[in-house]
Parts: sequence; structure tokens; C-alpha cells
Amino acid sequence: MKILVGYKRVVDFNVRIQVKPDGTGVVTDGVKLSANPFDDIALEEALRLREKGIATEVIVATIGPADAQAHLRNGLAMGANRAIHVVTSDAIQPLTAARVMLKLIEKEQPQLVILGKQAIDDDCNQTGQMLAALWNRPQATFASKIEVTGNAARVTREVDAGLETIEVDLPAVVTTDLRLNEPRFIKLPDIMKAKSKPLETIDFASLGVASGDHLKTTNYAPPAKRSRGMMVKDAAELVAALKTKGLL
Amino acid sequence: MAKILIIAEHLNGKLNSSTARCVTCAREIKPDVIDVLVLSDAPDSIAAETAKIDGVSRVLTVAHPANAHALAAVFAPQIAAVAKNGYTHVLAPSTTFGKDLAPRVAALLGVAQVSDAMKAIDAHTFQRPIYAGNAIITVQAPADQVLVATVRTASYPAAANGANAAPVEAVNVNVELPSHTRFIELAQASSDRPDLQSARRVVSGGRGVGSKENFAIIYKLADKLGAAVGASRAAVDAGYVPSDLQVGQTGKIIAPELYMAIGISGAIQHLTGIKDAGTIVAINKDGEAPIFEISDIGLVGDLFKLIPELEQALN
Repeated sequence: MKILVGYKRVVDFNVRIQVKPDGTGVVTDGVKLSANPFDDIALEEALRLREKGIATEVIVATIGPADAQAHLRNGLAMGANRAIHVVTSDAIQPLTAARVMLKLIEKEQPQLVILGKQAIDDDCNQTGQMLAALWNRPQATFASKIEVTGNAARVTREVDAGLETIEVDLPAVVTTDLRLNEPRFIKLPDIMKAKSKPLETIDFASLGVASGDHLKTTNYAPPAKRSRGMMVKDAAELVAALKTKGLL
Repeated sequence: MAKILIIAEHLNGKLNSSTARCVTCAREIKPDVIDVLVLSDAPDSIAAETAKIDGVSRVLTVAHPANAHALAAVFAPQIAAVAKNGYTHVLAPSTTFGKDLAPRVAALLGVAQVSDAMKAIDAHTFQRPIYAGNAIITVQAPADQVLVATVRTASYPAAANGANAAPVEAVNVNVELPSHTRFIELAQASSDRPDLQSARRVVSGGRGVGSKENFAIIYKLADKLGAAVGASRAAVDAGYVPSDLQVGQTGKIIAPELYMAIGISGAIQHLTGIKDAGTIVAINKDGEAPIFEISDIGLVGDLFKLIPELEQALN
């Protein structure tokens, strides 16, 4: 079976985000970009399913500007068979992304679509669920374990109450949580090999997708700061301080 | 003329406090109507509990065997059908329940979703965090569409309970429910301790606690304070505690009155999960740890010496 993996490029998780003083955005010039960590986990899981003989082909897809090709090459170096680049210079919102992914599904007919549960830039946590709805197929979000057996998958989900296991018929959309796996590191020979792997580019406009970019961001602001409070020197002083605040 | 539909979150026949937090968010919009929808196989007791929340206009119930478990693929088409009865907003809590469900509803309605709404500026304009809370954006949704949003529960206190007696009405929803998604099991860490998400006091341990066995010291202090137990991602990743105790951007975002961070250095992703707490207490052997930058009360020292002393002082 074929697996389609969503592979978004985001500001690296180690970068300390700064809001522009005029409130029009965050500073992204010259900032390091990397694969969304949850998408690396998605790709890793797809590769493991291929290594187990369950999947035959892994396709990574991204929606982004022309220079996102290098990012897709990283996905190919990690082990994907081929890549699809939907080219647009606009930052698109989750509903649009889901509509684009649906177009790719119609073209590729994958049995499993694995996405990160959220991108660490906009933190929306929407695209996988929206895609599953538009596709009219099951969703298994926040996965920490995936077992594929025949035409179904058993997925363990990290939910607030504990670990929930559901069974979904395939094809289905799965979104990854942190503890699903630890993504492999890319090796140098694989970077060379990735250069010759197929990378298809599709112009966003050619897909005929209706924009779902309904939300307008009118302002960016830094978060309210908590300030440093008092230091106490021992447990008795701590208890006294808590009593003063009426907390004990 | 806002008319708001809130999706109730419940488990094992009990309403989750996230629902009353959504009601507080809804009231901030100053709507004409706040209806709460309870989907369940046996909604009666949950509906009765919901009807008491101040500000609720009506409680709507859909009783169906397929609603025994909160499966997004099963719930979403029912919610989308009810939402079409003139509702301007659909709100769900930004818990794993709401995060799983709301985008599926939004896509069925063909609209965008506002995730993690933390403040309503007006009926269609909200503030929400991005980049793990390192920036707060103001987003405006079109006024001519249904607005679907998840509500950041840590930003809103639960609406008071007691004075209200909203009418409960069963509604018929004529939609086809899928059978492609099936509930198998829920492994819940059984606990007599307060629920982490809604507890007034939380004691959390981090990597500094050192081992699964050592975590007993955290549980003991929590029990002494009647607190819930939490943990940093480092402690979860090290296997000291199960993942449902994780506090932070990728775990639970909480706002207790008292938060005690013990042996937690204060990675940004952890701080994101606690910044709405009333009072933050930090105990750490490293006086330079970032956790002290945001704590109200700090204590530097060895936690294995300080915690027993603290228990003593609490007597």
C-alpha cells in the first residue's frame, strides 16, 4: 500500500520567536527552518511500515514556496520514495491545506495518510481532521502507536484521560503525537541518493482549490510576561509565604 | 445576534469542567443564546448537570448507542446538522476531545476554525497563541459564516454552577453515522487524586526527581496538599510517569491556583503550559534555572531534603 505523508517546513523549534515591534508578524528573516517535528515523526512511521513490508511506497508532500524543494529533499534523504511539491508563495490556512491534500489523495489513492498533529508555527491542530472530514474517511489523531492489520489499523491515541485505542478502516488519516517514534537521522550517502529521487512540482493554482483562508490576522503581540517573584530560604519560609497569599 | 452552540465534554457519565469554561468564553461574546449539546448513549444525568451552569439557555441532547464513545467521525456530522439550525458559533474545549472533533465539524461546514481562543475581542475577533505561546495573534473570522472555535480552557474560569435550571430538550438528528471508526478501549490511570486539568492545586516533578521510584515523593506531597500530580516532558520521556501527566505545550495546559514545580528547570514548552497559574512555586537545586524567572516563590536546594521538610512544616 501507498502512504502519503504531509511534510511541512517551519521555523526550527530551537529558535526563540520574536514579534516584530510594529505587530505585523514574527521575525522570520534569516531564521533557521526545519521540518515540523511532528511531520518527521509521521515520515518515520511511514518508513517503518514500509520496512515491515506493510507499505510499498512512501510519498512526502509539502505546500510552500519554490525554495521548499531543499526541505523535500531532506524527506527523500530520510527515505521517502518520492516527493510532491505544491508550489505557492502564500501562507495557506488549514482548510486550504486539507483541500490541497484531498486533491493529492484523489491523484495518488493512498491507503494511509499520516500528518503531524499540529505544526509548531501556527499550532492549529486542524489539517488532519479537516482532511478526514472532506475525504469522508476515519481519523485517528494524536497517535502513539499504529498497528496495521489487513484493511484496518488499530491506533492508540494520547488523550487527556489516558490512552485510547480505536480501530479504523483503511483508507484513513492518522496524525502523530510525540511518543509514536524517534525519527532517524539523515546519513550523508542518503543525501546524495535523494538528489536523483523523483520530485514532482504542481502549481497551486492548477489544482483549482477554493481558498479556505477565511481568517484574517490583524495583530501580533508578545505574550504577557510573568515576572520573577521572591526567593525564600527554607521550607518554613515557603509555607509562611503560601499562608500569606491565602493558599494554605 | 449571536447564537452559540457549545459541545459538552463528558466521560463515564460525568460532565467535564471544560464545558463550563466554554460557557464563560461564550458569555464574553454577549450572545442571545448559549445552548449546550450533549451527545451520548445515555445523556440524561450529564444534561441535568449541564442545565445548572449559569448562562446556559438550553441543553440539547442526542441519545444514540453510537454516541457511547466520543468518536469525532461519529459526532461531527450530528454537530454540523444541529449547527445549521441558525447557530452563529460552535465552541468546543481545546482539550484532546475538542481538538479532535472541532476541525472535523468546521470542515463539514466548509469554514475555518479558530484554535485555542483565549480572549474574545468581539463576536468574530479572538486572540490566540501561536509558536507555543511565544506570540499572541488577533484573528478575525468572517461575520457571514458559522464560527467554529476551540476554547483554551486555561484562559477561562468555569462558569458558576447552581442557580440555573435550563430546559433540557431531546433533538432528532437525521444524519447517517459511519461505522468505519470503532472504539476499542480506554486505558485510564486509575487515581483518587484530583484531575490534573481542573485541579486547584498541582504538584509537578521533572527530570530532577531522578527516577520512577523517586516520584513517590511527588505523589506524597501532592496527597498532603490535596493536589493533582503533573510532570515535565523530560520526566515523561524518561519514563518516570505516564504521558497523561505531562504539563506543557504538547501536554496539558493548566491554570491551577497553586502550581509547584519540583526539579523542573523550566523549558519554554513547559512554561507555556503553566503561565496562567495563580501562584507558581519552584524548587530546584540550580539557582540559575529558567523556572525561577517566572515563579512567584522560589526555593533553591536539594528536593530530597526540602520536600520532607516542607511536609513537616505543613503539619
